[in-house]
Amino acid sequence: MTSNLRSRFDRELVHRFGIVAVLLLISVALAATTDSFATASNLTNVARQVSINGILAVGVTFVLLTGGVDLSLGSVVALSGVVCALNAQPGEHSLWVPIGLGVLTGGACGLVNGLLVTRGGIAPFIVTLGMMTIARGLALILSGGKPVANMSPALTDLAGDLGPVPIPLLCFALVTAAAGLFLARYRLGRHLYAVGGNEQAARAAGISVPRIKLFAYGLCGLLTGLAGVVLAARITTGQPNAGQAYELDAIAAVVIGGTSLSGGVGGVVGTLLGVLLIGIINNGLDLLSVSSYYQAVIKGVIIVGAVWLDRRQARS
Amino acid sequence: MLSVRELTKTFGGLPALQEVSVEFRPGEVHALMGENGAGKSTLMKILAGLQPADGGAIALRGKTVRFASPQDALAHGIAMVHQELMPVPDLDVAENLLLGLEPVNALGWVDRAELHREAAEWLRKLDCVLDTRQPMRRLSVAQGQVVEIAKALARQTDVLLLDEPTAALSDHEVTALFKAIDVLRRRGVAIVYTTHKMDEVFRLADRVTVLRDGRLVRTAAAAELTPDALITHMVGRELAQVFPPVVGVPGEVVLEVAGLTREPAYRNISFSLRRGEVLGLAGLMGAGRTEIAEALFGLRPAHAGEIRLHGRPVRLTSPADALAAGIGMVTEDRKGLGILPAMSVRSNLTLSALDRFGGLAGLDAADEARTADEQIRAFAIKTSGREQPIGQLSGGNQQKVLLARTLLTGPDLVILDEPTRGIDIGAKAEIYALIGRLAADGKAVLLISSELPEVLSLTHRLLVLREGELTAELDPRRATQEEILRHAIPR
Repeated sequence: MTSNLRSRFDRELVHRFGIVAVLLLISVALAATTDSFATASNLTNVARQVSINGILAVGVTFVLLTGGVDLSLGSVVALSGVVCALNAQPGEHSLWVPIGLGVLTGGACGLVNGLLVTRGGIAPFIVTLGMMTIARGLALILSGGKPVANMSPALTDLAGDLGPVPIPLLCFALVTAAAGLFLARYRLGRHLYAVGGNEQAARAAGISVPRIKLFAYGLCGLLTGLAGVVLAARITTGQPNAGQAYELDAIAAVVIGGTSLSGGVGGVVGTLLGVLLIGIINNGLDLLSVSSYYQAVIKGVIIVGAVWLDRRQARS
Repeated sequence: MLSVRELTKTFGGLPALQEVSVEFRPGEVHALMGENGAGKSTLMKILAGLQPADGGAIALRGKTVRFASPQDALAHGIAMVHQELMPVPDLDVAENLLLGLEPVNALGWVDRAELHREAAEWLRKLDCVLDTRQPMRRLSVAQGQVVEIAKALARQTDVLLLDEPTAALSDHEVTALFKAIDVLRRRGVAIVYTTHKMDEVFRLADRVTVLRDGRLVRTAAAAELTPDALITHMVGRELAQVFPPVVGVPGEVVLEVAGLTREPAYRNISFSLRRGEVLGLAGLMGAGRTEIAEALFGLRPAHAGEIRLHGRPVRLTSPADALAAGIGMVTEDRKGLGILPAMSVRSNLTLSALDRFGGLAGLDAADEARTADEQIRAFAIKTSGREQPIGQLSGGNQQKVLLARTLLTGPDLVILDEPTRGIDIGAKAEIYALIGRLAADGKAVLLISSELPEVLSLTHRLLVLREGELTAELDPRRATQEEILRHAIPR
């Protein structure tokens, strides 16, 4: 190995190690300063909380890798949750209908995003900004502006535990593992990086760029739908106003994890670490009873700071 | 004017420049020659303040200086025109030329009339007439370069560094550029100039410095050198025979093109290409060579006409179509349409042929790694390993990776558009040999090159284009460079 590769490898390690170190540092500090952080009930709570942001972050990792962006995550979460809840009234359908419809609703939104980006040639920022208000509007229309309650216990139970493990966490773990494997080991995964790295060169190498982008937005949509279903099960209602600004936490997690906003660089392992970091910061600030006004400021500073440090490292 | 003494620079333990001492004089064009990786660019970057030196000293008008940044170098009167120009594309010519130097009126507003008057005046000094109100993006590469030079002139530049300014220019554009450089020379500017093109050195340079492996080989007046001597200095050995002999007899027809048209780039193009044949496509920049190749590869389909492969008509609307039909292409735009800079040599190699390694269970990583290693060996790609990002490789080695990528798809027809642009002589010789091997293996090869010796020496047959029309089919064994140009130059 020459020094070139060596130093790159080291930097990668330092980068990952950097996040892991910060994660451990914050955890140790929280365990020392609060009684409740290192308890089983709090940690399962954290796991449950990060699961939704985690599923969203993994999904949007695919879109960011192609050099795109999806700002509609939060609204699509709400819309999928409402669709799921509307079909989850007790005794109406089997369990799989509300789940399937919720997930597919997200997938449909993603496909529309993808089609407008690829066929329509509209910038992803604009397309998904439009979808953000459209999906929110649809969620309000379908629910009549009120939370859709009275969901069947069979579905809301899915936010519970399987043995000691929260089921949402299980979903998140499965999604992350599958996505990681997919990106590393499959042709389509490689093509995603190629499209984000240099779209024109990817096309000249025989890759169908529109198909790859459509796939990324579609998959992101499906996972957003899944997150919507998990959230509805967790809060036992389809909330048309749920998921506000969820896209920001998700995108922040991906970027903290080292995925480039311009595409082509990054991956799911980084996203996982970014999700955990944001989750623990959120939880810690709650436990320390920091006012939610200050929480917002602190979180913003940490997000920008983490990315700034990362870019400084990348330059050196 | 400007001199360096025992300049040294190391990158990660590897010396890029070792105790190099050169003097650059006012009113003189000084050519820096050497293969890629010889240290030319490193020397230029240190002079331009883009990189600090590890050792040695730079002296400007007798005083030792140190440049912390390009701005710092500019303040000392040293400007660099980069290989890839960096203008602001949507600002107009005058705004680019006088960026940061805009004339203002008493209120501090930009005086637009004065701005355009000044800009036009700077351009006139370079014998260049140009509408200063058109946006920069509409300019040709050559015009852009002249604007960059005018920009340097407007900033009271004493030393101008030109990094391969002619790499993307056609012959008559080069002439215009050289005229501008000549104006600067007469005004007493010291000009440092890198190039791979031998003939330019003798047309333009007063003195030549040859670097090899980061060391100074020789500085001499251009008049004292011959092209052969220069090559020997650069590669450290005699390149007795750069071009391999053209061998083999072409077999059955692989490609037939009839009436191919895409206005205004080219019209009514018809030719055929046989198995085992290397067909050359010559012409000036803008004659439509690249556009025809892009139509055959599905990058920019023709508007009319027919393409037949093995006798069957094919519709090529994307590179994916072309690759599936057995057509591969290495494009002239290595950065824009070729490499994925952040990805590994391995990923870049296998990108077009991933279906070889994959099933439902995913890519066979071991098989892929083995194939990558084989190709790295077969093409003598200089890399620290298959996982090195391709962006860190030299141009010649990147080009070899792209050739390997194309050939891994197993094409019957290989289109090579300027395959040796901007790469060093050693890598060029390897690519020449490869072209011969491709033909011997029964591939049909379409070779586009602006370097006439290449199309004359490597091909079985030669087509000449002028302004989008085929003007001649020549036998390269009998044709001369003059003959090609006669058919290529617009009347």
